[in-house]
Amino acid sequence: MIPGEANIKLPDTVFSENPVIAVKGLCKSFGKDNDVLKGVDLTVAKGENLVVLGKSGSGKSITIKCLVGLIVADKGEIKVFDIDITQLDNNALNEVRVRIGFLFQNSALYDSMTVRQNLEFPLRRHSKKLSSKEVEEKILEALGNVGLEEAIDKMPSELSGGMRKRIGLARTLILKPEIILYDEPTTGLDTITSREISELILSIQKKNKTTSIIITHDMACAKLTGDRVIILKDGVIDAEGTYDDLEKSEDEWVRSFFI
Amino acid sequence: MVVYLKSVFNDAGDVTLFTARFFKELFMPPFEIKEFIRQCYTIGYKSLPLVGITGFIMGLVLTLQSRPTLAEFGAESWLPGMVALSLIREIAPVITALICAGKISSGIGAELGSMKVTEQIDAMEVSAINPYKYLVVTRILATTLMVPLLVVFADGVGILGGYIGINIHSDVNMFRYFSQVLASLEFLDIIPATIKTFFFGFFIGMIGCYKGFTAANGTESVGKAANSAVVAASLTIFIIDMIAVQLTDLFF
Repeated sequence: MIPGEANIKLPDTVFSENPVIAVKGLCKSFGKDNDVLKGVDLTVAKGENLVVLGKSGSGKSITIKCLVGLIVADKGEIKVFDIDITQLDNNALNEVRVRIGFLFQNSALYDSMTVRQNLEFPLRRHSKKLSSKEVEEKILEALGNVGLEEAIDKMPSELSGGMRKRIGLARTLILKPEIILYDEPTTGLDTITSREISELILSIQKKNKTTSIIITHDMACAKLTGDRVIILKDGVIDAEGTYDDLEKSEDEWVRSFFI
Repeated sequence: MVVYLKSVFNDAGDVTLFTARFFKELFMPPFEIKEFIRQCYTIGYKSLPLVGITGFIMGLVLTLQSRPTLAEFGAESWLPGMVALSLIREIAPVITALICAGKISSGIGAELGSMKVTEQIDAMEVSAINPYKYLVVTRILATTLMVPLLVVFADGVGILGGYIGINIHSDVNMFRYFSQVLASLEFLDIIPATIKTFFFGFFIGMIGCYKGFTAANGTESVGKAANSAVVAASLTIFIIDMIAVQLTDLFF
């Protein structure tokens, strides 16, 4: 038995017969003797928030980057919306990517564009029939969702860390993704802003019924947002369960995350 | 040694694939016209003052330096033709290309390098936007078209600088000066020199984009990308120039 799995009861809503994301035997190495992922298996049900924990370098970010094809897996099956993305060419992969949002650790806002242009850039490319008025409405709606309408004409360099995260989230939301992947959404933020971002993640999930994978080291964020938590260790999933169950795990290493 | 050679061949292979991808993506829609025009403005229009000043100084200095030698042979009247030929055939294309390597190639290397490091390129990719087409194709195309125009501009300003240089020591009518300049030029002086500037522009853009686009993660790599873009582009300019001169000599 995997140590972290002891005494774990998962909520009924967590598993479904047709998971939105299903990963089987995912392996990735970088050069010789540097196997980062050694066979990750995971499923995420529709509308579920899955939190991924693990030490730095355990392969959390690599896992979600494999899900959108940013990193090509060495081995394994990655099914998103029941489509094996490892078998897709670039055009077909892009059709899947439009349905997935990705919030990067440092927000990855385009430095040379204003907030408006940052949001307009993906929208114009994927919704060509929209009029200028409709584009403007969608931008304002996305900014409204993150409470930052007033920042519309600012440059990314004029924004604080928390504001950048929110704008990054607004850019992610503008294409109305069905899945959102969060790469350490609260890293580098103060406790209050971290909580605000975590609440925002939760409200977005409730409002848009999105499926999310949240990579974090912030246990408050994990507790607030996670329906289910997995812990990566040495390239495999070492423990899996609800936050409360893992917190009470018999495994000392698993418990050490929750101290 | 084997490791070094392996790395050299790997790099050469990567550059070849990167370049081949440019020609593949160039003719495939969507065409990023707006970004291409923006790049033409940044690369071409914003380089005009620097290229203009350099071109003017090139013409002026070349005239002032050549004058005493020509005067010794009583051949001062050849000065306008000599300045024009030197500028158009060799000096203006090479110096302008080197300036562009310093300004444009390093700028592109640093810009794309920092975009890579801050995951902006990844952000484009996950938004199903082709970053190669948006960032690389537009920039390479802009440099390929703008560098020849900048060279033509430098030619003109350099010849004007030559006129002022001549008039420092003597009094030459502008019409007479330009008549002599035009009389000394043939199409065969202009065409090969102009053709090579397209190659200069292409490689300035391509090297800057390659270095930036393939920058490793970490802020240090941004500086390295910018620096190595200038070095590689400058060296490439000299190599292309040498090949172009040999070919011109052979065929014209």
